[in-house]
Amino acid sequence: MSTGTAGVGQEGRHPMTGNALDGDAEGGMERHTYDVVVIGAGGAGLRAAIAAHEAGARTAIVCKSLLGKAHTVMAEGGIAAAMGNRWPEDNWEVHFRDTMRGGKMLNNWRMAQLHAQEAPERVMELEDWGALFDRTEDGLISQRDFGGHKYARLAHVGDRTGLEMIRTLQQRAVQLGIDVFMECTITDVFVSASSTSGEKAIAGAFGYWRESGRFIVFDSPTVILATGGIGKSFKVTSNSWEYTGDGHALAMRAGASLINMEFIQFHPTGMVWPPSVKGLLVTESVRGDGGILKNSEGKRFMFDYIPEFFKAETADTVEEADAWYEDKKNNRRPPELLPRDEVARAINSEIKAGRGTPHGGIYLDIASRRTPEFIKKRLPSMYHQFKELADVDITAEPMEIGPTCHYVMGGVEVDADTQESAVTGLYAVGECSGGMHGSNRLGGNSLGDLLVFGKRAGDAATAYAKGLGANRPKIVEADVKAAERSALAPFEVEGGENPYTIQSDLQQSMNDLVGIIREGSELEESLVAIEAFKERAKTMKVEGHRQYNPGWHLAIDLRNMLIVSESIAKAALARQESRGGHTRNDYPATDPEWGTKNLVVNLTADGTGVELHEKPLPVMPEELTTYFAAAAPMANVQTEEGKN
Amino acid sequence: MGYTLKLRVWRGDKSGGEIKDYPVEVSEGEVVLDAIHRVQGTQAGDLAVRWNCKAGKCGSCSAEVNGKPRLMCMCRLSDFEEDETITVTPMRTFPVIRDLVTDVSFNYEKAKELPSFAPPPRDADNKRRMAQVDVERGQEFRKCIECFLCQNTCHVVRDHEENKQAFAGPRFFLRYAELDMHPLDTNDRRKLAQDAAGLGMCNITKCCTEVCPEGIKITDNAIIPMKERVADRKFDPLVWLGSKIGIRNKDDDGRVEL
Repeated sequence: MSTGTAGVGQEGRHPMTGNALDGDAEGGMERHTYDVVVIGAGGAGLRAAIAAHEAGARTAIVCKSLLGKAHTVMAEGGIAAAMGNRWPEDNWEVHFRDTMRGGKMLNNWRMAQLHAQEAPERVMELEDWGALFDRTEDGLISQRDFGGHKYARLAHVGDRTGLEMIRTLQQRAVQLGIDVFMECTITDVFVSASSTSGEKAIAGAFGYWRESGRFIVFDSPTVILATGGIGKSFKVTSNSWEYTGDGHALAMRAGASLINMEFIQFHPTGMVWPPSVKGLLVTESVRGDGGILKNSEGKRFMFDYIPEFFKAETADTVEEADAWYEDKKNNRRPPELLPRDEVARAINSEIKAGRGTPHGGIYLDIASRRTPEFIKKRLPSMYHQFKELADVDITAEPMEIGPTCHYVMGGVEVDADTQESAVTGLYAVGECSGGMHGSNRLGGNSLGDLLVFGKRAGDAATAYAKGLGANRPKIVEADVKAAERSALAPFEVEGGENPYTIQSDLQQSMNDLVGIIREGSELEESLVAIEAFKERAKTMKVEGHRQYNPGWHLAIDLRNMLIVSESIAKAALARQESRGGHTRNDYPATDPEWGTKNLVVNLTADGTGVELHEKPLPVMPEELTTYFAAAAPMANVQTEEGKN
Repeated sequence: MGYTLKLRVWRGDKSGGEIKDYPVEVSEGEVVLDAIHRVQGTQAGDLAVRWNCKAGKCGSCSAEVNGKPRLMCMCRLSDFEEDETITVTPMRTFPVIRDLVTDVSFNYEKAKELPSFAPPPRDADNKRRMAQVDVERGQEFRKCIECFLCQNTCHVVRDHEENKQAFAGPRFFLRYAELDMHPLDTNDRRKLAQDAAGLGMCNITKCCTEVCPEGIKITDNAIIPMKERVADRKFDPLVWLGSKIGIRNKDDDGRVEL
């Protein structure tokens, strides 16, 4: 069947999506049956759908935006994969070690291992499907340097790697004829008891077409959540409107749990001016390609912020740092390329100490270090972005940048090999899953994560669905009615509040109280504030009707944002230490005791809030621990042989 | 720095609509999409608009600003006088769904008609080799963010619904050119580009190039070379003679005509 199956060619129906275009056509329920329903069409969702389709599942992709617009297009730097095209001595073991160290050892070791092992083949597949990566002199896929990665390892296309990746996967999905339901939002996943075993398992999903407001039901024994992150809960963010934690919240309501929600990555370099683009991402490649950070006194301050943990592999003089770009064998990495959490905290400290720029940022300077031709070739989108949006020519003057909410390490707790959650038939991949990145994600590991675990989830979901035969859990019809009522509730309120106002207040509150540097008292305050927002959200109202109504869409998404915000604040309050993307002013040290446990979040029994418990971190097998011994052969860059 | 912008926005659906006034407070450094969002947040919560990245990277917020096809997120208010009225209307070539949101399914249908990349097997070491200079031609075209402004502005289909069947439009000529120039692709899509995609209907007025927010030289670098390649295949007397007596053109080496 073609893209969007329903009613192709029928009168008054959308040729692509099949939904009735008439705003009055609210009655009647569209219903579809699939083996695998993937929610989200970013890198993870598309890769999962391709895998499921190729494994023989009847597969649907359901996404909130048009196909090809998901947040993956914003990824700039590249896909981390130990292909060894620049450094033959790079291999999965080094990548694994870098990933675990970047995550401050809190990663799920098995996910980090699988990721490092499988990323190279996932990148090669993209090339088979038509991706055009930048090349080395030998014609192989080029690989670039990034923070926390020992070797130049990121396969890239200038600074628009995400666009290349999503377009390649999109074209592959279209070629395979996978059904796509675009501009369709899932609001509930259904769980039913199996007819044979009585065990609770996924039975389907419920949503609405944004275009018409009509409801749609999917009968499917598997749902793969690939909904991305939660950045829209914060005021200053690099994330788009879609990032409202839908997958996180859907999983919790279905009975699954989240882990590591206290760990939020604030990317060190977001734009700070003009106000309308505050938070917009400035790629780490600027630093990978020679850019440095300076305060208002012109000082290259990162040398003052090298933590003990990374001292052995970080340059401590300007001379050595600058020499590294040309001679990586005999020099250590510049401190600007420390993992993101370290750099973001350093920038934050400089700004707080009064050494910020006129617009409250820090200078990121590549103009004085590289030629205009080099900058335009290596960083074309950044050149374009600053020229068009801020009137700044980055080949001639420094950029003003500051930390921005970029990525959530936390997400649905899943099995490392299959990405299945605690709920049978419910899978989570990419940013909405948790564990892979521990307390801090390395740049470039996100795109690899999407591909590696997207494929694994697609394969696992298909195997499970096929194994069910005729014994599929059936959707309980009362659940459908309840989902319908819940979605329509905002239309029924009289005199309530506008959802835009509540969202904006929530974003401000999260930014102020649960931001980059946290304090116990402020986190407690934030939980009180979130309770108040929840009260206000009960009576929010929307105007207009159901056809393409952004106010209504926001009212529904806001419920997810509130659950997710509460999860973040509760976990952040509980973790009394600082580690990776979680920094406590009142507990500044990293505590080895906390390094052995995850915080797990569930929905309370009455569904009105979240509860928290500790869970031991999975223990790494003996043979992998040798990579982290003090005298491990990989500990010192200076002794390594290699070519750039 | 703030002032009240005289903003006008088309409101309505497929049954009709009108341009409405929304005077709105704006401030320094803002773009048209900021003004639209403020209207949405304070005056008309149900104002329908597509957007995602707000950074010119996803190509969602295409519309016509004072009649010119633009991405609203890249359209700075400082490019207008403070007392100037800014009128925002939906893209005209596609059917309106509601307000600024149009039905762009035409483009997704055309995408399905295009045969995909078909590479040979990988090298013996399981890798592929291509020269940077060879991938750069295709890379320019792959910068396309699918905002569909080129499709919207192209006079072959703008106000000519009847041509849509036979015409894929500039966005897909880019794609044909990209694949034709791919160093590894084994398909020859030239006949398809000419016949099924309607490349011949384009009379290279460059309107598409002018509106491309990515600055892709659609006409010069994709459409004209593609037209030349099609012409080579069809009209070069030597190629014609060669094909008659069974000699393969070098350009066709290893490629299968679709």
